[in-house]
Amino acid sequence: MAAVKGVDLRSQFGFHTIAIVCLVVLYFPILILIIFSVNANDIVAVFSGVSTRWYEKAFYNEEFHNAAKNTLIIAVSATIGSTIFATLAAVATTRVAPWRGQNAAYMVINLPLMVPEIITAVATLSFFALLGSKLGLNFGIGNIILAHLVFCIPFAYMPIRARLETMDLTLEGAAADLYATPLKTFWHVTMPLLMPGISSGAALAFIVSFDDFTITQLVAGPGQTTLPLYIWAMIRRPMTPEINAISTILLGISILFILISFWIAQRRKA
Amino acid sequence: MATTELTAPTPGPAAPEPAPSAQLSNAQQAAVRIEDKARISRWLLTAPAFVTISIFGVLPLLIIIIYSFLKAAPYGGVVWSPSVEAYVSFLFQADIFTDELVFSPDFLQIYVRSFIFAVGTTVICLFLGFPTAYFMATRSPRQRNWWVLLITIPFWSNLLVRTLAIMFIIRDEGLLNNVLIGLGITKAPITILYTDFAIVLGLFYSFLPFMVLPLYASLEKLDFRLVEAGYDLYASRPKVLFRIIIPLSRPGIIAGCLLVFIPALGAYVTPLILGGGRHMMIGDLIAQQFGSGRNWPLGAAQALILMSAVLVALFFYVRATTGKMKHGQG
Repeated sequence: MAAVKGVDLRSQFGFHTIAIVCLVVLYFPILILIIFSVNANDIVAVFSGVSTRWYEKAFYNEEFHNAAKNTLIIAVSATIGSTIFATLAAVATTRVAPWRGQNAAYMVINLPLMVPEIITAVATLSFFALLGSKLGLNFGIGNIILAHLVFCIPFAYMPIRARLETMDLTLEGAAADLYATPLKTFWHVTMPLLMPGISSGAALAFIVSFDDFTITQLVAGPGQTTLPLYIWAMIRRPMTPEINAISTILLGISILFILISFWIAQRRKA
Repeated sequence: MATTELTAPTPGPAAPEPAPSAQLSNAQQAAVRIEDKARISRWLLTAPAFVTISIFGVLPLLIIIIYSFLKAAPYGGVVWSPSVEAYVSFLFQADIFTDELVFSPDFLQIYVRSFIFAVGTTVICLFLGFPTAYFMATRSPRQRNWWVLLITIPFWSNLLVRTLAIMFIIRDEGLLNNVLIGLGITKAPITILYTDFAIVLGLFYSFLPFMVLPLYASLEKLDFRLVEAGYDLYASRPKVLFRIIIPLSRPGIIAGCLLVFIPALGAYVTPLILGGGRHMMIGDLIAQQFGSGRNWPLGAAQALILMSAVLVALFFYVRATTGKMKHGQG
């Protein structure tokens, strides 16, 4: 490439423009949403000065509190559960001699990624309805947690597995040579090395649980409103910029976790 | 690191307890025992994830297969008597007067529409996503990181909120119409929300990052010496693009198209908000049977028909990617 100075042979006509257009398309609607969340006006689309009144209104809103509480309970439980399960599974399916059933385990773990969300949603609804009517089992909000656990596991599994694949086996061998038990080796050697993958996986699991709308909407019973469900309920009422404020809060939390996950991944490369 | 170098080469007594044997040395015996133990522990370690997904992910899918062959209960749920009614009513409807089955393409139309929307979305995403991904791959490593972050943020951001953001812009009293009326371009608001156009726009907006990231992953590994070689042989820029760059990034193109096509085909949130219930896609249709439609077996059958379409797409994906390995590079 150094042969022709000043001319980038790799560039293609118009690609730069299209890339910028894509970026604008992706961010313009989000920015508008955020800008109008600090709108003083009662009407969503007319901007008449900066104010935090809609955020204040959201913070004093009982329904919002309940939805936020439910969302946190579900997302935190699903994140903890899925991260532990995914870590154990990743340890057993990575860097080991192929074992019988490994492919089956791998397929089952990744299955939730391949089934369209709406199908998972109606299937889980049918399952819990059957459980309720035939066995009288209803875990309340636990139903939602279990549903989330299923699709959080593969998301937590991916970065943990990726991290394990690039990890050095010799350190664990060294620990074993020094008479560390497998459990001790795992706890004092493997775990600390694996931590970036685990935290990245946990962040992803949290995001997908926190943001889930489709599956939660179908599985949730009365009173089990989460933040995305609350936003959906607000869309159907006369709209005020409060919906922008709550949407912005949601977006902010997701972006925070994305940044955490991204930052960990970058540090790993460096 | 120092500890590794010191300890790793040390042979060390592998078997802690003495176990004499005719054929196998202590170390070998221990190795076999460890291997047996390891096999069990692998199963135990995988079990929590495997069992959870099997019970709460796979079993529900089996249940809707059964549901699709049952009769609908009047207020939602199912009556446990076998029937193929759900599949028949997917294509036929009983005439109100004669009770005769008449071909009714209503559901089929929604499937065909969804398919067209999903293909259209995939094509638009590819046309805009490919140049973007290529541009990203040709930046300096520092700039690349920023671009990847900027595409990753919408990739993981809340789909409902992003769809809502589109709705705010395109609705009758939304930003776009306010600007157009303010500039005097139109007098009355142009109806965009609740149209087919709105749905495709929303799908494109939702899934564009799903196209860009896999394409980027594949283009990042592109060997640019081949591009250079093309120019050395007097190929024009378009020729290099179509004869060298695009064929080499085929795995990324296929992966990106699949990652857009599958969620677009089963989209639920986008048509729900931007189609307003009038312009349905398969996703809403299925949800409707489980909600106000109160026909669970029909909804289950519709879900399984969608699932078969997805499996066909995945099958082509597997065939396309393994086929590549046979002919090409490797």
